[in-house]
Amino acid sequence: MATVSRALPPRANTSANSSAASKLLLHKATKPLVFGLCLLPFAWLVYAAFTNQLGANPAEALVRSTGDWTLRFLCIVLAVTPLRTVANLPALARFRRMLGLFVYFYVIIHLLSYSWFDMEFVVEDIVKDIIKRPFILVGFSAFVLLTPLAATSFNRAIKALGAKRWQLLHRLVYLIAGLGLLHFFWMRSGKNDFAEVFAYGAFLAVLLGWRLARRLKSRSNLSTGAAVTVQRRI
Amino acid sequence: MLIKTGNSGFLHTVASEITSQAAYNNRRDLMKLMATGVAGAAMASWASREAFAQAAIPRPGKLAALAGAKSALAGAVTMEKVTDYKDASTYNNFYEFGTDKADPAQHAHTLKTKPWTVEIEGMVKKPAKYTLEDLIKLSAQEERVYRMRCVEGWSMVIPWVGYSMSELIKAVEPASSAKYVEFISQADPKTMPGVGSRVLEWPYVEALRLDEAMNPLALLAFGMYGEVLPNQNGAPVRMVVPWKYGFKSGKSIVKIRFTDKEPKTAWNKAAASEYGFYSNVNPNVDHPRWSQATERRIGEEGGLFAKKRKTLMFNGYEAQVGQLYAGLDLKKFF
Repeated sequence: MATVSRALPPRANTSANSSAASKLLLHKATKPLVFGLCLLPFAWLVYAAFTNQLGANPAEALVRSTGDWTLRFLCIVLAVTPLRTVANLPALARFRRMLGLFVYFYVIIHLLSYSWFDMEFVVEDIVKDIIKRPFILVGFSAFVLLTPLAATSFNRAIKALGAKRWQLLHRLVYLIAGLGLLHFFWMRSGKNDFAEVFAYGAFLAVLLGWRLARRLKSRSNLSTGAAVTVQRRI
Repeated sequence: MLIKTGNSGFLHTVASEITSQAAYNNRRDLMKLMATGVAGAAMASWASREAFAQAAIPRPGKLAALAGAKSALAGAVTMEKVTDYKDASTYNNFYEFGTDKADPAQHAHTLKTKPWTVEIEGMVKKPAKYTLEDLIKLSAQEERVYRMRCVEGWSMVIPWVGYSMSELIKAVEPASSAKYVEFISQADPKTMPGVGSRVLEWPYVEALRLDEAMNPLALLAFGMYGEVLPNQNGAPVRMVVPWKYGFKSGKSIVKIRFTDKEPKTAWNKAAASEYGFYSNVNPNVDHPRWSQATERRIGEEGGLFAKKRKTLMFNGYEAQVGQLYAGLDLKKFF
């Protein structure tokens, strides 16, 4: 058919910009640089803690900002795939695991700060607090759910699980994002101060919406039964 | 030169001047108690004996001086370390200027405190409209060093300047029907950027039972740290009710109303299940979303690593105000 011959040109050649960006992303110094950047918030918090720059209530400041950074890294890592596809930058994929592990890094610092500075490592008090306060329970659940994701982030785990099961497991991240957001929402509900919560929520909703739209599209492509090879999207 | 040897010993004074072993041990125990910080109510009364006067609190030198004579009222001057002025004036809640605790210090400079009037109305024999100048002169200014416990779980020690609210109440002569006093704060959207936010209903309203307001510890405050109140702390006149959570003490008050019905207060309207009318500091009644058993003292020695303190019943003012609530189920009337 005539329509088939008028195939679209391959997208990879459309933009010289994206290939320059790809080169930059593939540069061997880029990964360590990104790693260093991701550590900056932590470095600043440690520095501020020891130089007494965390304000009148340093414990509260530390617990809150590590929570903020967990949520921010969650947004960043969930933006990788949409950005990679939309901007046609396959090289972005090499940062996804590292960024994902930084989510886990910051959530551990968050949990540690809470356990240490709020609860003084009294396990009994922590357990009571988790049961007593729904928002702590929700945050703690998100942390628990995140643990298998972090634990299966290395190549051998992917092989051992098989790509399909691994992917299924890692879809938990959407639930985790939802719980994290609920945790934040609940924390702020005391002050009815939801502006920031809504900003994070909107960002995450756009990312999730994009994924759903893409899925629906690939489904409808399938159902038309056209001679289109459906690319697997991992 | 006279050198004492082991033989001649040191010269003993008269026997009556030698501290007995029991008294010596007793003092050691007190010091240990102090050092470990297990103060508690018994210690508070010991430490607040007049003999151990709170050292003079240096003026921050930021605003006009407002001196107050050291209060002689029982419990009115705690011996605990006074919170730094910087912390007390930059970390607090005053939602009229934003919900973050850094907001008031940043935004309250727009508040216009001159001229200022306070209207006294409702069930009162002598309704009046006081200018701030007249209100300040109504009674002698006293300095009171109070613990301040926020419902969020942090606390401070603040030297306020003012006089007992009872002085004003006596002056305006409430009618015998009056059972409550309502404090209405300024709510001017032009100078208070947080007014208009839907967090709370404006104006901010707080209230006390008349007998609570008559307790001499309930302070009508005009200053802190020997100076007039900074805007962010509720200038030019506010309440300080030290045995209740901080939000019970209305700031920047423009109206005081006497009534016979329990007033609808701001936080009670916003979340009745979380903020009761009484809101007395009570370690045994938790906030639905967090424990009230402990508190973080701002500026505590050790900073980040400082241990939290045990919250005291009525914030340590049980001896002074406990009788107000005799027979009242504090779990029900939280």
